[in-house]
Amino acid sequence: MTEGHPVSDVSGLPGLLDTEAIRKDFPILDRTVHEGRPLVYLDNAASSQKPRQVLDALADYYERHHANVHRGVHVLAEEATALYEGARDKVAAFINAPSRDEVVFTKNASESLNLVANMLGLADEPYRVDSGTEIVITEMEHHSNIVPWQLLAQRTGAKLKWFGLTDEGRLDLSRIDEVITERTKIVSFVLVSNVLGTHNPVEAIVRRAQEVGALVLIDASQAAPHMPMDVQSLQADFVAFTGHKMCGPTGIGVLWGRQELLEDLPPFLGGGEMIETVTMSSSTYAPAPHKFEAGTPPIAQAVGLGAAVDYLTAIGMERIAAHERAITGYALERLSRVEGLRIIGPVTPEDRGATISFTLGDIHPHDVGQVLDEQGIAVRVGHHCARPVCLRYGIPATTRASFYLYSTPAEVDALADGLEYVRGFFG
Amino acid sequence: MYQEVILDHYKNPHGHGLRAGDAEVHHVNPTCGDEITLRVRYDGERIADVSYEGQGCSISQASASVLNELLVDRELPEALEIQRTFLELMQSRGQITPDDAMEELLQDAVAFAGVSKYPARVKCALLSWMAWKDATAQALGDEATARGEQS
Repeated sequence: MTEGHPVSDVSGLPGLLDTEAIRKDFPILDRTVHEGRPLVYLDNAASSQKPRQVLDALADYYERHHANVHRGVHVLAEEATALYEGARDKVAAFINAPSRDEVVFTKNASESLNLVANMLGLADEPYRVDSGTEIVITEMEHHSNIVPWQLLAQRTGAKLKWFGLTDEGRLDLSRIDEVITERTKIVSFVLVSNVLGTHNPVEAIVRRAQEVGALVLIDASQAAPHMPMDVQSLQADFVAFTGHKMCGPTGIGVLWGRQELLEDLPPFLGGGEMIETVTMSSSTYAPAPHKFEAGTPPIAQAVGLGAAVDYLTAIGMERIAAHERAITGYALERLSRVEGLRIIGPVTPEDRGATISFTLGDIHPHDVGQVLDEQGIAVRVGHHCARPVCLRYGIPATTRASFYLYSTPAEVDALADGLEYVRGFFG
Repeated sequence: MYQEVILDHYKNPHGHGLRAGDAEVHHVNPTCGDEITLRVRYDGERIADVSYEGQGCSISQASASVLNELLVDRELPEALEIQRTFLELMQSRGQITPDDAMEELLQDAVAFAGVSKYPARVKCALLSWMAWKDATAQALGDEATARGEQS
């Protein structure tokens, strides 16, 4: 039994959190849909729900402290600035950043990834991506970690390369030395896949990238909400993630970058806040992170993310990870017993996150999702903004169930029973 | 939403498979990956055949089956009126309850009225109908299609 909270032990799974207590923090989980059916929310990889503590922090900020940040000498401006910068401290501690100045607030993970791509396109040597250089990604990336690199490659003439996938849903690193070469400037890959659930091996990729002097960007959108994050032990150069998948509001994302890189690399968006001095002919820039935060930032959203970080930290990321491991193991086992169900991605809980994609016989995922919804079960259907993964496995789309700290074994049972009903309905 | 009529068409589609035609189109719904390849064959302005092949959800597949059943052997102006009425029904966001006249015109297609309440699924229901209109314009020329619409 884990320390602190008593463990709800209905299914005998080790490591479960006290979801009965946790779910009381999330008002939305109490609502019903479609005439009184309890909501079973299994779309956490798309966006998580928000605890009361985060909603209160947002309301309190707007009701008592709102003003623009970093300007003005009045009380509210100072309070708003302290709250905004306080959120940066919280995020820095959450990911074990060596310095708070390495935490850049963005709109979301997509913006963080686009920011790096644009910085590297504008940078001087040795970082500059241009013709004759190579960009490396993987076949399991979200579109947000594909398209910015395609755009950069088209603009600069750089070559875009990628790691393929094995039939088991893992990265094929067998030819890593041919994929990452002396010409590679940047390797950008997802830590946990939003479709397959695969948790990728960081060390081998980082080691090879460092050998050839390439930078490493990790998309941690599906990792930061679910497991302890330590940017120092990852040894990457940049890490991107978003707030709304980790109990925070929408409209706030994070780019962590190593300090000397953020100092060396040029800004992308210009405007207020990111400058030191401005004349009509030229400007000098504020030090990082402000250099990359042009304009009035998402202040309330950052404050909300800070509250989310507090919430998650109080429960403990190790314990959240253990809870999700238990739920995922149970779900893999339950789903494997549904006739005609094929899991797309790793079928065992090792090195995988709490996201499970699957097909169900010939039944189209839209039909699966719709009939599940009629039973109150919210899943995602489609290609999950990672269409190359579907192409790789020869399927048009998948149904995806994804769990979080408030997910229960009973919800897994509801999903499995719901899928049996779907089978009968279209059978 | 899943009326028995829709499930019947999904499980036992009418006129499924590709046969000879005067024009062929391939339409895709990029949000969900539904695809259809559709051919039309005309005998003058009479629809001699609509053949199709595709993959997708029950709504898109059943809708293509209903289209085949409704449109084959019709004259173009009449087919265009059916298409227009079906489009109107599907874009009604559940606000239109089909009356007797509409039921007579659309027959099995009125079963899709419930789908119009689900914005994400309306495109599924319309996929084959948009493909048919496109293929018809290719086979007969835009002019014939426009003339048919005015009549």
